[in-house]
Amino acid sequence: MSQPFLEVKNLTVSFPTEDGLVRASNDISFTVARGETLAVVGESGSGKSVTSLAVMGLHDRRSAQISGQAILNLESGPIDTISASPDVVRKLRGKSMAMIFQDPMSALHPYYTIGDQISEAWRLYNDGDKKAGIKRATEMLDLVGIPGAAKRVLEYPHQFSGGMRQRVMIAMALVNNPSLLIADEPTTALDVTVQSQILELLKNMQKEFNMAVILITHDLGVVAEVADRVSVMYAGKIVEQAGIDDIYYQPDHPYTIGLLNSIPRVDQLEGRRLIAIPGQPPSLISLPAGCSFRSRCSFSSQVPNNLCATAVPDLDQKISGHFSRCHLTEDQLKKARVSTGAVL
Amino acid sequence: MLKYLIRRLAATALVITLVSMSVFVIFAYLPMDPARLTCGKACTPSIIEANRHRLGLDVPVQVQYGRFVKGLVAGRHYGEGVASFDCPAPAFGYSFNKHACVSTLIADAFPVTFSLAIGSFILWLLIGVSLGVVAAKRQGKWQDKASTAFVLVGISLPTFISGILILLLALKFNLIDPIEMGRWVSPFTDPIGWARNFIFPWITLALAFAATYTRFTRSNVLETSSEDYIRTARAKGLSEKVILRKHTLRAALAPIITIAGLDFAGLLGGAIITENIFNLPGLGRLSIRAVLVDYDLPVILTTTLLAAVFVVVMNLVVDILYAYIDPRVRVA
Repeated sequence: MSQPFLEVKNLTVSFPTEDGLVRASNDISFTVARGETLAVVGESGSGKSVTSLAVMGLHDRRSAQISGQAILNLESGPIDTISASPDVVRKLRGKSMAMIFQDPMSALHPYYTIGDQISEAWRLYNDGDKKAGIKRATEMLDLVGIPGAAKRVLEYPHQFSGGMRQRVMIAMALVNNPSLLIADEPTTALDVTVQSQILELLKNMQKEFNMAVILITHDLGVVAEVADRVSVMYAGKIVEQAGIDDIYYQPDHPYTIGLLNSIPRVDQLEGRRLIAIPGQPPSLISLPAGCSFRSRCSFSSQVPNNLCATAVPDLDQKISGHFSRCHLTEDQLKKARVSTGAVL
Repeated sequence: MLKYLIRRLAATALVITLVSMSVFVIFAYLPMDPARLTCGKACTPSIIEANRHRLGLDVPVQVQYGRFVKGLVAGRHYGEGVASFDCPAPAFGYSFNKHACVSTLIADAFPVTFSLAIGSFILWLLIGVSLGVVAAKRQGKWQDKASTAFVLVGISLPTFISGILILLLALKFNLIDPIEMGRWVSPFTDPIGWARNFIFPWITLALAFAATYTRFTRSNVLETSSEDYIRTARAKGLSEKVILRKHTLRAALAPIITIAGLDFAGLLGGAIITENIFNLPGLGRLSIRAVLVDYDLPVILTTTLLAAVFVVVMNLVVDILYAYIDPRVRVA
């Protein structure tokens, strides 16, 4: 594999509040290479979006404390978007790294035409008048599969459906040919039928532009469709990181096993109830000692010396390229997988 | 857009007609007899009746309204022989106290009120919006706190206090000539004299309005800043300056147009207190004198009607402006 385009190292984002310091994302490390899709999976509040907003430099530095590194390996040399000046990072946004968001209904400015908004993004980094910008916007709309692009480029966001707006967002994000695209739950707000179209589009665009893609989602079904590797986040930490097949066929963390169990599956016996993960994620202000997932984990009793309650497990490489943050041994995990029926 | 315009224009015309009818009917049934009021001290029932006829008040109210509307278009003739007089179109009536056509009185007073309104309008928008934007952008900093203090003072001080204070200060430092004060100077012949005449009334009114606008702008800018599309603008790589100017303000100021239009329309009807403090012969003073001193019904009728028309027309202007700004309104 070539050198990764993005290297995130020990990224920690916390927000001071009146109740205490909220550690929204805690010591996160991962890499993404061009042409590769990394899925970041986790439930609400697990720190997925916070991490990606930190990479993009979109946190308000007055309210967020950020440490660690997020290095973009640009042709001109590496830049750490965490320590670089806001102005330097701003000039990377939209050009080297772009982002699309969850709710396409509210992510476009209601007062400007689609063409205006795409051309604004393009003209920021290209010499060209408004006419050239609109022409470029039309090309982009065409590329992302919006029929009648020449006419629709002059329309306003409210004249588009949700799926079409997300296409517009993608067109706008890709207009400057970025090397990294962060898609923050791009299909969550869309109809199921539209979801797979958007995922298909993202996949095609990734090939077309040879981008590194970070796909943030809570939907493991989405992950299976497009990801090469998966990071599973829980309570601000990465608890498991592995290739796509490993995640589905030999999940190495009880949380991942729980997530897989909670997916409805067509191939399973009728009448089988979905297995929910009991309990709630812990408060990010006062994380419990030891493993954050302990109180919801049905296997923690198998670990000797009450280790789960006292020691935070490290993100260990159990198999090559497969990392997991769990005290259970590989044998115990195998039994856990089989006993819950997560893996056939 | 054209269809929308036509529909709105038709609706406005209808509203104005209804407003004029209601105002007319209300005044027709006021427990005051205009014929008696025009009669003076040596009054007999026969003179009252003669006056009533002369004023055209001896016919049913719908006929009176018909004549009123006709007068607006074609002008009006009162009385007969030597005692007769004409008011050219648009004739709103005749003031016996002032011995003048109401339209003449309005024509004299309106430029004063308009000058007062437009100047203070511009001033308070400038102050209110810029203070509001600064307060939002420096939320929690001293600029924000200072603007909050300004808002508190502006909102708590009624114009009859702030106006008198400003007047006293201006007189104390010889910034106003008490003899010249309130004399109408046309901005076309003497713009500087005009501005000097109005600067203190402008400040008085602007102070009161700017406070509300500061608050409103601040909260709108803050609210808009947290919109998803502002985050999108940031993700595009736009600078904070462009985001504020192009993306935040456009959305944050749109609702301000609505209240600004209506406030301006309200002022056009006459700023009664401010005009009185600064001795400005505008519509506000004309109406308040007509109400309190002269019982001059034609004048009151006209100023009331005008105030209503200003509001209705301004509403139309605001709606058209809004449709221009917000494309979502256009199709609806």
